[in-house]
Amino acid sequence: MIERDIMAKVQARFGAKVLATYEFRGQCAVTVAPADLRAVLCWMRDDAEIATDWLMDVGGVDYLGYPDDDDRGWRYEVVYQLRSASHGHRFRVKAAVGEADPVVPSVWDLWAVANWMEREVWDLFGVRFSGHPNLRRIMCHDQFEGHALRKDYPINKRQKLSIPAENLLCEKVEWA
Amino acid sequence: MSDGTTVRPIPSDLLTLNIGPAHPATHGTLRLQVQLDGETIVNSGCEIGYLHRGFEKQCETVYYQFVIPYAERLNYMGPVHNSNAWCHACEQFLAVEPPPRAQALRVITSEMGRIIDHAVCIGTNLVDLGALTNFWYMYNYREKVYDLYEELCGARMMVNYPRIGGVSLDAPDGWLEKCVKIIDEMQEAVGEVRTLIERNRIFMDRTVGAGVVTRELALSHSITGPVARAAGVAYDVRKAHPYWGYDKYTFEVPTAEGGDTYDRTIVRFHEMYESCKIIKQAIASIPGGPVMVDDHLVALPEKDKVYNTMEGLINHFKLIMHGIQPPRGELYSATEGGNGELGYYIISDGGPKPWRVRIRPPCFANYSVFPKIIQGKMVSDAIAALGSINIIAGELDR
Repeated sequence: MIERDIMAKVQARFGAKVLATYEFRGQCAVTVAPADLRAVLCWMRDDAEIATDWLMDVGGVDYLGYPDDDDRGWRYEVVYQLRSASHGHRFRVKAAVGEADPVVPSVWDLWAVANWMEREVWDLFGVRFSGHPNLRRIMCHDQFEGHALRKDYPINKRQKLSIPAENLLCEKVEWA
Repeated sequence: MSDGTTVRPIPSDLLTLNIGPAHPATHGTLRLQVQLDGETIVNSGCEIGYLHRGFEKQCETVYYQFVIPYAERLNYMGPVHNSNAWCHACEQFLAVEPPPRAQALRVITSEMGRIIDHAVCIGTNLVDLGALTNFWYMYNYREKVYDLYEELCGARMMVNYPRIGGVSLDAPDGWLEKCVKIIDEMQEAVGEVRTLIERNRIFMDRTVGAGVVTRELALSHSITGPVARAAGVAYDVRKAHPYWGYDKYTFEVPTAEGGDTYDRTIVRFHEMYESCKIIKQAIASIPGGPVMVDDHLVALPEKDKVYNTMEGLINHFKLIMHGIQPPRGELYSATEGGNGELGYYIISDGGPKPWRVRIRPPCFANYSVFPKIIQGKMVSDAIAALGSINIIAGELDR
């Protein structure tokens, strides 16, 4: 299936739950509310024609200050890059996340790889994932304040750790 | 035991041990913590981020074309592929197609990058297992590839060779012939080193069954590249979503079934061999013509025009000072890097700087499975498995 057909099929199935659709250079995406995210991803994975059974990537986007963008009703998006192993097509699903309480349901139980990727989105964007077993920072240190990839985090800001460096390795790592 | 009647029990607590972040066997800054019962790993966990440099944030502050040298610091074992892939992503965004000769040069440089990536991976992995000879063989050819890069563009490791819309320089006279000669030698050497270890009893005892990534684990963790192919997942972006004319070349996607350290090593050997085949085909069929697209919105004008015509000077000035400005939009572009699918997800606001660049590094998914595959194994197995998964901290932590 080409991506436009997948988009039409998802729209036909979920109707008004699809908040926005998107097409650029042959690549398509749909945006849904966090509450509908798992239903959409599961349905797409189990549908025989779409069958997007691979989750290639989970990433965040902050649209604070994006030009000419007044009608976007949310600040963040969590982007799921999907791929179908059997059909070889790709598709993108985005969760629209508001500024006030950025929470998205975790999909780590559907795809184990989401565990680390969601931790990265939490670390760098401050979007929480409900139901995640171990939502800790992954790139930045535990003492880091703020979320580095938010648009209002200055790129040249520096932070000092209060733990002496020699004590850092005594901290326990979470078992897998 | 002093009075001969009481026996002090042997302490049975589990021993917690840190491996890394700076340890010779981690080949980078990876931190692994294991809980040992004797020498057996009972629990394990890993912590990443020691090489986090804010790559994605940095990309938002520079023009598209200035990301090229920075992208090479992702997978620094086969650097040129990352910048080739970045340019490919930008070209898809701009709907610009580089000339066929530039595409062939990208294939040649990228495949050389894959060969040296695998060569270093296999070489250092075998050093961890106590076999030094292979390492020297492999590094010898890495040196020769660096010499080829140097002749091509003046730099050896971080070459900054491609440009959005093509490549910066055409191959010098005689370079392609020299390539063929070295690739021929390399193909022979790869075969020789493989015979050193393929049926080697010591090597097989150490690696067969060590660090098994099953097919199920590979699928649920979206593992790509040689690690997935060793587990029987025959996914290769070059075959599944061809780019740069990969569909014109005849090559196999080597796979194995076991998914253990041995299979990963052998799959890498076969991939090096296939890469040699691709390079030779690309050189044999390389078309003539320019190496840069003829589009003044993307390509810098020739120096002759910059110095002698007003239009050329203005064009040069505009591209450097105001940058390449793609339309508003978003795009995900995937290529096959040394360790699997390297994806760039770019969002543009119509300006010269990307609004957001998300990199899908293959190592991130590949490494997330690591703590699971070493449980119940010995520390020495963990070291063998770590080397064969080939974690590059530069792209893992970005």
